[in-house]
Parts: sequence; structure tokens; C-alpha cells
Amino acid sequence: MTDMAAPSTPQVGAAPAEIGRDWKRSALNGGLWAVLALLLLWSWGPAEMGRWTYLFTDAGNMASYASGFLQPDFREWRYYLEEMVVTIQIALWGTFLAVALSIPLGILSARNMAPWYVIQPVRRLMDFCRAIHEMVFAVLFVVAVGLGPFAGVMALFIHTTGILAKLFSEAVEAIDPRPVEAIRATGASRLQEVVFGVIPQVLPLWMSFALYRFESNVRSATVLGIIGAGGIGQVMFESIRGFYYPQASAMLIVVVATVTLVDLLSQQLRKLFI
Amino acid sequence: MNAIAVRGLSKRFGAKQALNDVSIDIAQGEMVALIGASGSGKSTLIKHICGLDTAHGGGAIEVFGQPMQSGGRLAQGARALRREIGVIFQQFNLVGRLPVLTNVLIGHLGRIPHWRGTLGLFTAEEKKAAREALARVGIGEVAWQRASTLSGGQQQRAAIARTLVQKSRILLADEPIASLDPSSARRVMEVLAAINREQGITCIVSLHQVEYARRYCPRTIALRDGRVVFDGPSVKLTNAFLTELYGANSEELILPDAAPAKPEKDNAPRKAPAMVGAGAFAA
Repeated sequence: MTDMAAPSTPQVGAAPAEIGRDWKRSALNGGLWAVLALLLLWSWGPAEMGRWTYLFTDAGNMASYASGFLQPDFREWRYYLEEMVVTIQIALWGTFLAVALSIPLGILSARNMAPWYVIQPVRRLMDFCRAIHEMVFAVLFVVAVGLGPFAGVMALFIHTTGILAKLFSEAVEAIDPRPVEAIRATGASRLQEVVFGVIPQVLPLWMSFALYRFESNVRSATVLGIIGAGGIGQVMFESIRGFYYPQASAMLIVVVATVTLVDLLSQQLRKLFI
Repeated sequence: MNAIAVRGLSKRFGAKQALNDVSIDIAQGEMVALIGASGSGKSTLIKHICGLDTAHGGGAIEVFGQPMQSGGRLAQGARALRREIGVIFQQFNLVGRLPVLTNVLIGHLGRIPHWRGTLGLFTAEEKKAAREALARVGIGEVAWQRASTLSGGQQQRAAIARTLVQKSRILLADEPIASLDPSSARRVMEVLAAINREQGITCIVSLHQVEYARRYCPRTIALRDGRVVFDGPSVKLTNAFLTELYGANSEELILPDAAPAKPEKDNAPRKAPAMVGAGAFAA
């Protein structure tokens, strides 16, 4: 930049002087790589990376395990589909409740909308919801409401609220403040400023975030089955534990197909709103 | 009773004194131009009058005899008083994703019951008023388009329609034509002048170019570095007087075609030969 700014530099004629190697920068780069190498070395033992040879020597075990999955058994497909629908229903309610709660919380934790003494507590609460994995919440809710889909809904609801409220508030912080100012100038109330000035501006982004979280929650709801939160996940892990690999394989295929379908569908929906 | 009374208003942004002891009175039904170079405090003054910003320490503003702000704090009834003041901005400040009609309907918010406004339930009568306002400013046909699809001039007229629906008795326009092409600019100024003439709405228009002030506004207030340096009939604002007021800065206030540059023939022979050659080439 400084070279460009110098007006006396001739534009033509003399070739620009060669720039010498910046040894300071090179040393810094070398140092960073060395630190990374040290970290990797330090983690080698604890991560049991030494066992990588087993990948080849005992590959036969993997093959025999995987071969169980090679002949998917679709005889019970109606049951699998029913359970898959239950999983989607869990994700749907979990996401819906999270979106509903994230709208006020997202606005209350946006720096341009609320004073700091509101923002800070709301943000810390959201950090808490986000930092703890759905699985942990699910275990907690299973204790409270018993095994089954409702525990899954509650776990997804809490965790997703933490994520969506943060994303929503970031969208609100990025709005153009001028239309909001114009609405304030008409004598409208704070709530009306939000309804007419803020929401229309953030709606496409919010919609996109909500749809993305719905997709993720369909996946998460499947995994929540492990701790007995209902849906196809529960059935799948039960059959894996019972060595019924052909059935588990069929269910895996159903899950993959559903996730793909949900992804395609939400892409189309997103186009509608943007 | 004056429409607007500003008393000893001062405001600083960091080290910069944006407004310095400004006192003005504006009678009902006046059309006043506010001129000054960039950074002279025009926008800041307008934001203070409509209660979007508060002064530091001293200074008071009254609108129709009621306090808007004093001593650096908004008065109790400021939100209600804002209804009486319509504001038009340089960047139009419409909500781009909403239809033009909804943007105009927003003008009703200050006057209808709170719950109805929040839910967006406008009566047929209110919608009719909005459509009439759009027709009044000459863009009735774009009511259902998204505001962001309109041209600059159309957006500014939609913003004027919003203040018409608001039924405000004062209209503050903050550089309403600075981002418009000349023909759109004239159109917007004519709409503003017509509103002032026919509805008796008090108008304050901040302008960058003094030509528009002379043509559309009987009275002009000139600011320099946050101080009022001229307050009187616009016809007294000759280019010579502006040069006296603003010095080198006066160039940006005067349109180039309004002040033709004098040819400087006398100087030519005295120039060095090379310069004469360059001058001939340029001519």
C-alpha cells in the first residue's frame, strides 16, 4: 500500500526493485508449523493412533461385519417408514418450538434492539442451551417424562433454541437501521418498529436458518433413539445390538433417503421465501 | 404559536461540534430551506427536531408549543408528538421487501389502536387513504410492487406518501433530492411545494444546492459548522453572498451552470511558451 501511495514512483522505465525475503515472516510461519507438529506428536499416544495398522491386518473383521449390512432386509418396510415418520414428527415439533422461542430471544439478544442488561443474561442462557449436547438433555428428559418421543422433542427444542436464537440475533444485528428509524419517526411503538421494520428484513435469513436446523434435527432425532427417545433410531440401535444387521441396514437406507428428501424439499421452500 | 421553536441547541460528536447554540423559529405553513455544506449540521438539526436524537446538556425544542426535548432528554409526550412530524430521508428509508402500499400504511401506525397496528389490520378506509396518497404523488400504479424495485424518484415519492398518510402538520425533509437525478429531483420538490401550498403543512427541506432553495422556498436558513449564519428571504442569497459565507466550500452549493466561469484572456501571454502550447491543445 505504501508503495502505491508514493506519488514520485515512476510509472514506466526503471523496473521495480526486488523485494528481499522477509525473514521475520518466514520464521513465524516455520514456528507455527512446528507448533502444529508438536501438538500432533503429543496427541499421538493418547488418541491411540498407533493402532492404525489394525485397519489393514484386521480388515477381514470389518468386511465380515459390513457384509451383514450388504443384504438389506425390507420385509418390515411399513414399520420402518412408520418409525421414520415418528422421527420426522419429533424433529418437526422440536424445531417449531425452538423457532417460536428464538424469535423473541433472538431480538432480545441483538445489540441494536435491547440494552446490555437484557442481552447479557439472554445470551448466557443461550450459550448454556447450545453448549450441552442434545443427547445430554435427552437423558435428562427421559428421567422426567419417561422413555419415548416427547423426551426427544424437548431435547431438540432446548438445544436448537440455543443455536437459532444466536443466529437470529446475528441477522437482526446486520439489518439496515434506516427504515426502522423512519418507522419510529411516524410515531410507531417499539413493537411496531420490530414487526414492520426488522422482521421483513430478516425473514429470508431466519427462514433459511430454520429450515437448515430442521434438516439437522431429522438427523439428530435419529441418533436420539440410542437413549430411547423413540423413532426409527431406537428401533435401529435395538436391531444393531441384537445383531440383526440386514434389518438395520434397511433402516439406514430409509434414513439416508429421508434426509436427502428433506434436503431437496427445504431447498425448494427456501427459494419461495427469498 | 410557532410550528417549531429551537432554543440554544448544541450537540457534539466526539471532538466535533455538530450544532452550536442554534435558535430558530418557524411559523405554521412556512416552507423553509436549510442549506449548508456537508457536515454543517443540517441532518443533525433535523434529527433533533423530530426527536430521533437528543442534544447534549442545554437546548430545547418545542413543536406546536409542546416540548419535544429539553436539557438533553426527550420530553414525556415525544412519541405522540412525532406523529405530527413526517420525516423524509435522503436514502428514502422504505422497507425494501414490503409492498409500496404497506410502506405507506405504516404512516397510520401512530394514529390507530396499538394492537391493530401491530397485527397489521388496516381498515378499508385506511387502505383507501394510502392509495389516494400514492395517487397524489403520482405513483398510484406501483402500489403492490416491492419498494426495492422502484426507482429512486419513485421511492422518494412513496416516502412522501407515507408522511401524507401520517397526516403530519410538519414535514422535515433531510436532503430529499441529493440521491436523485435532476428531473426526479424537480418532481419531488414540486410535490413538496404543492403539499405546503395546498395543505398548509409546514416544510423544512435541507438542500445541498442553493438553486432549489431559491426556486421553491421563500425562506432560507444557512448553517456553517453548526451555527446559523443566515436566516432570511431566499432571494437575498446571491452567489456572491454565498461565497462570502462559505469561501471555498461555496462551490458545492452552487450548480456549475449557474455561475459561469469567466474566461481569463489577460493571463495567456504571460504564461511560459510550453504552457501556452498545452493550453492550445486543450482548447
